[in-house]
Amino acid sequence: MSKRLMKGNEAIIHGALTGGATHFFGYPITPASEIAHAAAQYFTLAGRTFLQAESEVSSINMLYGAASAGARVMTASSGPGIALMAEGLSYMAGAELPCVVVDVQRAGPGLGNIWPEQSDYNMVIKGGGHGNYRNIVLAPNSALEMFEFTRTAFALADAYRMTVFILSDAYIGQMMEAIDISGEMLKGERKPWALYGDRNSRNNLITSILMNPELQQRHNEKLQHKYREVEKQCISFEQVLTEDAEVIFVAFGISSRICMSALRALRARGIRAGMLRPKTLYPFPGEALASLAAGGGRTFIVVELNDGMMADDVRLAVGSEPMLLRYNWLGGVVPTVDEIVQRTLQDLQKEA
Amino acid sequence: MIKHQKPEAFYDTFERKGHDEKVTHYCPGCGHGTAQKLIAEAIDLLGIQDRVIFHSPVGCSVFSYYYYDTGNIQCSHGRAPAVATGVRRTLDDAIVISYQGDGDLAGIGLAEIMHAANRGEQITVFFINNAIYGMTGGQMAPTTLLGQKTATTPLGRTHGRDGEPMGMCEIMEALTSPVFIERVSLSTAAGVMKARKAIRKGLESQIQHKGFSFVEILSPCPINWKMTPVSARKWMKETLEKRYPVKTFRDQITERPEIDTHQRLPWLNDEELIELLQGNEVLPVCSGSGEAPEEQRIKIAGFGGQGVLSAGVLLAKCGISEGLEATWLPSYGPEMRGGHANATVLLSPDRIGSPVVDDPNVLIAMNGPSLDLFEDTVAPGGWIFVNSSIISREVRRKDVHVFKIPASDIAKEHRLLAAANVVMITAYMVNTKAVSVETLRSILPVSVKKQEYVQTNIKIIEQTIAYCRDA
Repeated sequence: MSKRLMKGNEAIIHGALTGGATHFFGYPITPASEIAHAAAQYFTLAGRTFLQAESEVSSINMLYGAASAGARVMTASSGPGIALMAEGLSYMAGAELPCVVVDVQRAGPGLGNIWPEQSDYNMVIKGGGHGNYRNIVLAPNSALEMFEFTRTAFALADAYRMTVFILSDAYIGQMMEAIDISGEMLKGERKPWALYGDRNSRNNLITSILMNPELQQRHNEKLQHKYREVEKQCISFEQVLTEDAEVIFVAFGISSRICMSALRALRARGIRAGMLRPKTLYPFPGEALASLAAGGGRTFIVVELNDGMMADDVRLAVGSEPMLLRYNWLGGVVPTVDEIVQRTLQDLQKEA
Repeated sequence: MIKHQKPEAFYDTFERKGHDEKVTHYCPGCGHGTAQKLIAEAIDLLGIQDRVIFHSPVGCSVFSYYYYDTGNIQCSHGRAPAVATGVRRTLDDAIVISYQGDGDLAGIGLAEIMHAANRGEQITVFFINNAIYGMTGGQMAPTTLLGQKTATTPLGRTHGRDGEPMGMCEIMEALTSPVFIERVSLSTAAGVMKARKAIRKGLESQIQHKGFSFVEILSPCPINWKMTPVSARKWMKETLEKRYPVKTFRDQITERPEIDTHQRLPWLNDEELIELLQGNEVLPVCSGSGEAPEEQRIKIAGFGGQGVLSAGVLLAKCGISEGLEATWLPSYGPEMRGGHANATVLLSPDRIGSPVVDDPNVLIAMNGPSLDLFEDTVAPGGWIFVNSSIISREVRRKDVHVFKIPASDIAKEHRLLAAANVVMITAYMVNTKAVSVETLRSILPVSVKKQEYVQTNIKIIEQTIAYCRDA
């Protein structure tokens, strides 16, 4: 065992470096700045590259450049900064460049505040920028998963030539838990499509412009085909006591931690509660939800720190039949375990 | 000597263009073709074709990759200097060229160019200034002259509404990092000769690792200026060059030393990297005091500066060392009050759900307001530890265990007031036996920043144990 206690935000950088990341470009924003601080320290000391950009717009374009040159590259920000990156993310998708972007969500809209929300869901999961494209979105709910998901995100990004998001929140970023850093060191390889400033790569072209509509359509079809493949290969989720469950929480990130405690409290009161926790938000574990809904009789409670963004996707997955409740907190307010327990009890009573 | 054959750095046929593959997409009389040929010739002359990565952002420059038989990156509007920075910081030997128009560089991309220049990025920027937007159809550029008619200034650019034309070389000159800044003009054959030389120097500066170089090229756009190619060149000579004087603003290529913009430390191999990441903070494995405790939901609260957060960290570390699950969360959300700090620590033999606790079974109160704030939240049967050096009032609750200890006084005796937090958590450990004091002793060396304080802390722990025994 070689365990260290660290914040989720710091664990991101430990995961990145053991995952083969060589470059970090970023711009400070609360509550994600600690990631840049850790990167400034560890990337620099490790002989890797850390550079503070002049804006998030520049950060994402520095990622575009470094990814074009074959690097395993990342940035980290929060809602307002991610919004500024939207154009760059679309370009990355169009040019099929791999990168890792961490979003430690805060409350919005506008400047909002620095407390946790999960309201970047639609922006990040549905793409965010212009055009038909997707990001792979991983949703850690512990410091350990911040470490592990970031560690493996670079290989995933390289394999599909896509942006991989780590969608976190202010709580998961601030919370300290144990991390074990003794695992295998991962590394990127030379990419046949990238530019290295040498003869072998001279004919390579990184671009997202195709003036001919038919070629642009063909390119889009290629991307869509890739996304279907991602949907087949990359879905990841956790089920907690769903087998006999009459009530199933659907939650990710900090909400899923609170639901974990809530379902135990409900079980202690004789309510058969369970949880499906997506670890990937895109691709979304819709089929797993559909099979839980099959046969009927189950109530789904989608617990989110937003206005019900994921609940829309859950509804799409389970169809119109099952009872689906939306428990939403906005503005940085985080529910207590007891609030969720009491509300569930009340709603179940109403239902009965 | 002017070469008339196609430079090696150009493709023979422009297959990426998809049609009319022998000619460029530029309009009749446009200066881009001339500028790009000069750059291609310089690439040939300097023997750098394999190393070049050519950046074409949005504007008429966007299709440069049709022509250059080099590495090519097409990037978003105005951001080429940021993209080029990403490439520069990744590839040490590449020759990084950013080729930008005036809307791109001086308008939407002003931040990117200024900061790349200020960092002294080892890149060469060719700035095509034709005082108008070309690709999008002849709108006003930041460099459009006063009175000049464009699609968005149909009556001419005015100072009052649109501001003055921007001289980018003049602005660039205010920065100390750029090593080479020159403005040239394609208005005459002599101007083209000068441009050839400036373009070569801009690239040489990069090849010699001297830093950021910037070549502004005044270039005709007869179509959007609504002039003939001949009158366009005349207008450049008589009007455009009056506002944008052709000159060398800075040439310090010879005198500047080679620079290393990366300033990179030596690359750590796998073992060294693991060592760096583990630091000296890897926790020892400790046996604990026997039975796994029930879930400990600990709230530690006090003034900022009383070591509330770090006390929580020590507790979490002890838990992990004893093989428990642990979470630590700093004060957050509605429970945060000005000047006060609190941390929530959970220790459990099972997987921990919510790291947020509304009913702690342990409260460690370092000051009065903390006791006031959290006393009522403690679960019946739980513990309240009171720093009696500071808190004078009694605990009102009768359904909890209360232990009072003059933590600040004990710490003060050892001239380490900051260790009052260690007194409090030691008292917690001794009384509840949820984690072992022995574990606390073991983790101090990987927890205390200044090693000379480890021994003082050990003494404070001993005194606290003695106090608890006698209490």
